[in-house]
Amino acid sequence: MSVLVFVEGLNGEIKKSSLEAASYGSQVAQTLGTSATAVAMGDISQNALAKLGEQGISKVLYDADEKLEKFVAEAYVKVIAKAAEQENAKVLVFAHSNIGAAVGSRLAVRLNGSLATNVTTLPKTDGAFTVTRSVFSGKAFAEVELTSDVKIIAVQKNNFEVSQNAGTTATVENLSADVTDADLTTAPKETVMQETGGGVLLQEAAIVVSGGRGLKGPENWHLIEDLARELGAATACSKPVADMDWRPHHEHVGQTGITVSPNLYIAIGISGAIQHLAGVNSSKVIVVINKDAEAPFFKAADYGIVGDAFEVVPKLIEAAKALDK
Amino acid sequence: MKILVCISNVPDTTAKINFTSDNTAFDKNGVQFVINPWDEYALTRAIELKEAKGGSVTVLNVGEADTEPNIRKALAIGADDAIRVNAHPKDAFFVAQQIAAVAKENSYDIILMGRESIDYNGFQVHNMVGEILGIPSITPAFKLDLIDDATARLEREIEGGKEVVEVKLPFVASAQQPMSEPRIPNMRGIMTARTKPLKVVEPSGAEAKSAYVSFSKPEKKGGVKLVDADNAAELITLLRNEAKVL
Ligand SMILES: Cc1cc2nc3c(=O)[nH]c(=O)nc-3n(C[C@H](O)[C@H](O)[C@H](O)COP(=O)(O)OP(=O)(O)OC[C@H]3O[C@@H](n4cnc5c(N)ncnc54)[C@H](O)[C@@H]3O)c2cc1C
Repeated sequence: MSVLVFVEGLNGEIKKSSLEAASYGSQVAQTLGTSATAVAMGDISQNALAKLGEQGISKVLYDADEKLEKFVAEAYVKVIAKAAEQENAKVLVFAHSNIGAAVGSRLAVRLNGSLATNVTTLPKTDGAFTVTRSVFSGKAFAEVELTSDVKIIAVQKNNFEVSQNAGTTATVENLSADVTDADLTTAPKETVMQETGGGVLLQEAAIVVSGGRGLKGPENWHLIEDLARELGAATACSKPVADMDWRPHHEHVGQTGITVSPNLYIAIGISGAIQHLAGVNSSKVIVVINKDAEAPFFKAADYGIVGDAFEVVPKLIEAAKALDK
Repeated sequence: MKILVCISNVPDTTAKINFTSDNTAFDKNGVQFVINPWDEYALTRAIELKEAKGGSVTVLNVGEADTEPNIRKALAIGADDAIRVNAHPKDAFFVAQQIAAVAKENSYDIILMGRESIDYNGFQVHNMVGEILGIPSITPAFKLDLIDDATARLEREIEGGKEVVEVKLPFVASAQQPMSEPRIPNMRGIMTARTKPLKVVEPSGAEAKSAYVSFSKPEKKGGVKLVDADNAAELITLLRNEAKVL
């Protein structure tokens, strides 16, 4: 038996959230006294695959079929199921991403396994097999027992360190799951990647700079973008900002938007409504800049400045420029 | 066009989250329950499609009798009829089995629901239903249109972008903003909802595959450290040297 980790690629590289999943998977393997194998497909270089050794992966199974270049749930599920069977995997690990959670859920049915998503801890394996997951939109945690023989875990992003055993490489083997056209009924007609200012994906960003209605209008967003660029951060916004089309919807964080859990979340001109907090409250450090000292966001913050964003943010941008990086 | 919309009954978004004294269950005391906000996007889009193309919208909830006010609310918003599977929703797999059992009996063209519930945040049920029924699941989708009677066009979010997918009916999709603008029931809707059919069925004999052992809340923050606005640059120094996040 072994632990199997599904890794996702983007532009030839492995996504950070998948490196976190790989690190998690190899720690689980160690606890269980076995090894961790990764399964991959699509646009990932051989070099990037071999480098998974640094995260403790000993072997990578790669399906080089061109049909797998783009994400198609049914086809990906087929490949991962084949790898799981070949490796006799009893624990499968994914990133809790739109792709990872989707294939994880279908696999739970196919492999008759137990699934936990949004997982924030390593499993406890003495006695029952349990993990802790984030629930109630980040306002609580739940310990869940996975009762089936096969356990499937989707780990929350930005929650586990990427381990680095420099120089260790994984062996890469070919795998073919014989994907046919019948598996490709939901193949995308078109894929459109967003302009990510500075190339940082919001869902994976270590730092997020976010703006609310207090910024008065889209013409002032250079404040958010400039600060984000200096800090290597992704940009985000509150719901009304997306609803008014000041910013695209894929930047809207909160209860009905994206959930982020960066190391640092900087909220500028956002009041801190409970629905907004639901999407950001698992951030490790929260900074709030608001001209109203009574803004509820200060209660959830670690650092704050009571002041006018139009005066404060330019000073922050200058100070960030002066940092040696 | 027959559309099934699955809704879950969740604590209001402003509810205080507390647990029973032994921390084994959510404390419902004094909590107002609402239709899961993500499900409202699915419900409204389903009603819009029905208004444009004809057909019917059925709402489905797996829950005990206390969820009926919100099922009635979905009927008031514009669904035609409702089914409640009379069971405590033990876990995502259990719920997916119940939905699939109802779907097998009634063969819907489209099965819609929200991307996740705001209480258990699973992001699982839609894909499980797709797998059990052997049909595509397109999740999370923020745009859904019909090309013709047999094909739909969806846009789904992937990290860092979107994919445009064309798919033959039947399929499952989960909804997120901005798929539609959720509606508030009007007086006429509320009146007619009272007489619309709400069928209660018993669960099929499915097992859960996970069990909630206990709940806890995150540690309270130590309080905010304020930096003077005139000295804003100090914040960057603190973030680097004290918080160590830069
Ligand atoms: C079911 C439901 C779901 C929701 N989901 C979400 C969600 O997912 N995400 C979300 O964000 N919201 C959500 N909301 C909306 C939420 O309740 C708030 O209305 C919203 O978050 C407010 O956005 P805001 O803070 O940008 O705007 P406001 O509440 O208007 O706050 C603006 C803030 O800017 C400050 N300000 C003004 N001028 C300046 C200045 N010059 N300098 C500094 N500060 C300034 C003000 O003091 C104020 O605190 C939801 C609501 C409901 C009912």
